Amino acid sequence: MANTASLCTSFLAELMTGTHNFGVAPIRAATTADTFKGALYLASATYNAATTAYSATGEVSGTGYTAGGVTVTNATAPASTNTSSTAGVAYWTPSASLTYTTVTLTTAFDTVLIYNSTQSNKAVGVYTFGSQTITAGTFTLTMPTNSTSAALVRLATT
Amino acid sequence: MALVTTTLGEMDESLLEKREGTFEDDNELTTWTEYWKDSALVHRSAHVTLKKAPVFAGGEQTNFV
Repeated sequence: MANTASLCTSFLAELMTGTHNFGVAPIRAATTADTFKGALYLASATYNAATTAYSATGEVSGTGYTAGGVTVTNATAPASTNTSSTAGVAYWTPSASLTYTTVTLTTAFDTVLIYNSTQSNKAVGVYTFGSQTITAGTFTLTMPTNSTSAALVRLATT
Repeated sequence: MALVTTTLGEMDESLLEKREGTFEDDNELTTWTEYWKDSALVHRSAHVTLKKAPVFAGGEQTNFV
């Protein structure tokens, strides 16, 4: 047997649950999961890796759509899997589709921002798709498979 | 009789022209349904299925050698 240098895969998953704090962190009022939301953005907006929090700038607007978007269903806690003695992946995906029911969004949109509405609307990720409009209809955004290779949020060591 | 929500209110599907389409690439599978009445779009729904998150955060262990 020999030891192998590696970040621990369990640590990656624990980052997702706020178990470790190397700096200054918010005081948590509860040990339950935070509330996450999904807001839609116009194709003309400029959200990217530099985005730090939800903003109404560039967000879609129209009949039936509430600013800030919809709440993400989060019934499945983050998981982690070792892929070798030196690598692993922690991952998480919303447990249901995001559904914007009976909306009219006539200006093309192509992005959803997942953000943490419990923690001052801090951003999680920007996800893009082909440009869409909706007319008196429903927009459904189904999440990728909750796996090491496809999940919406993945933290990995290599 | 199937009712469809439209810009003109609830309408019987038989009174409308239905158009459907799909799009697929490495990022998504998308389907959409449109209903038209007298050359006007009165309903459009879309369903986007994300296949995988395109990017992920990575990290490396520092070795003390």
